[in-house]
Amino acid sequence: MHEFTEAFRLAFALVLAGDADLIEIVGLSLRVSLTAIAVACFIGLPLGAWLAIARFKGRGAVLVVVNALMGLPPVVVGLLVYLSLSRAGPLGSFGLLYTPTAMIIAQTILIAPIIAALSRQVIEDLHAEYDEQFRSMGLSRREAIAALLWDGRTALITVALAGFGRAIAEVGAVIIVGGNIDHLTRVMTTAIALETSKGDLPLALALGLILLVIALTVNALAMSLRRKSHSFAHG
Amino acid sequence: MLRPAITALLMMTTSTAAAGDSIIVQSTTSTANSGLYAHLLPMFEAETGITVNVVAVGTGQAIRNARNCDGDVLLVHAKSAEEDFVADGRGVERFDLMYNDFIFVGPPEDPAKIKGNSPTDALAKVEAAKALFASRGDDSGTHKKERALWREAKIDPSDASGTWYRETGSGMGATLNVATGMGAYTMTDRATWISFGNKRDFEIIVEGDETLFNQYGVILVNPETCPSVKAAPAQAFIDWLLSPAGQAAIAAYSRQGQQLFFPNAVKQDQNG
Repeated sequence: MHEFTEAFRLAFALVLAGDADLIEIVGLSLRVSLTAIAVACFIGLPLGAWLAIARFKGRGAVLVVVNALMGLPPVVVGLLVYLSLSRAGPLGSFGLLYTPTAMIIAQTILIAPIIAALSRQVIEDLHAEYDEQFRSMGLSRREAIAALLWDGRTALITVALAGFGRAIAEVGAVIIVGGNIDHLTRVMTTAIALETSKGDLPLALALGLILLVIALTVNALAMSLRRKSHSFAHG
Repeated sequence: MLRPAITALLMMTTSTAAAGDSIIVQSTTSTANSGLYAHLLPMFEAETGITVNVVAVGTGQAIRNARNCDGDVLLVHAKSAEEDFVADGRGVERFDLMYNDFIFVGPPEDPAKIKGNSPTDALAKVEAAKALFASRGDDSGTHKKERALWREAKIDPSDASGTWYRETGSGMGATLNVATGMGAYTMTDRATWISFGNKRDFEIIVEGDETLFNQYGVILVNPETCPSVKAAPAQAFIDWLLSPAGQAAIAAYSRQGQQLFFPNAVKQDQNG
């Protein structure tokens, strides 16, 4: 399988040469997926915490729905966002289709349920532990949510990483709403799909290796952040 | 006598299509995957300052996207579908741009013994031998052409779908990867084949028949039905493609010593 050795050689050559096109698509991949994860956390964390401590009729059904949405197929999200942002669609007048913004919207929809569902679980466990204490302190629900989110932050970083992993790796949604346009909406995954369809399998695999290294780096950074926040909490 | 009028017209288009504009071309994949745009667009962009963004999907999807007004120019290869698009008022006018041809490729053993046959004879033998055949199955220009050839051979391969007739539902490159992976015949445009990197030991098995002609057309999406269309820069791009300079640029593009596309725009009538 000379494709594998060729892929490693190519990956190193591309990185060492500081290939301008590569830097551009890596930059856009990170910009799109990190923005999506930030927006998804902004929506998903409070929602997850609220679901963890609120008690209302039909809560069980809502939890099932949120959990099920974790399995949203990217291509379906892409299609829904395409139909909404298309010039013929309800939001067409904004002219967002085939822009990085459209890609951020699609990935946010894809990962917000993951953040909400997983953080709900984390917060619910914490809440069971602290409920009495919060009661005796007379905290409002809003204050309790803030305290729980802060206390669960190390576990919630892992939740955010799960969402980021899903976003940076998906191709189905961004290729539909972004269009894989060179120098505009081409990201790592759509570039890999393109090179595969050109039959340039070593280059496709090389890009895949680089994507893997990027994911590793982001996870390593998050891990060191976790350690810092941990020592901060206990130091 | 007409020269002043043409100059005036040219000045009009250059004054309305300004540098810094950008347009979206809904395109078939073969023109993108073969590297044609990477060859043409820098020339056009240097000349006009207009940025051309290409969305490369199958012809069927490109036309659907353009029907939703999600593009300014349509560049595909399925003449009757293109003519319907214009007849429905979605496009302004269709122009022949260039051509190449379709070919059948397959494993060198040629299990159905179809080398050198006409396309319809070849398909009949493929069916008789139940030899593996990978079809695009995605309503693309190439898929429409393939289905037309089956009809001509009076065979309906749909019944065999999933057995020897394998519909990938994917683009040309993905289908070629499938075909070389499973040793199946498939039909492809020649440009995609020449520039394809994963040929393995596959060979061209059927070629050169006039029914395998592959015409590309270019259409301005109708600004009356789609007010979002950037008509001036989009028209400037179409005019350039059809101009002697654009046609020469298409003819000059080659991969591995072979010309991929043959320009055949009808010389534009000076009165029109």
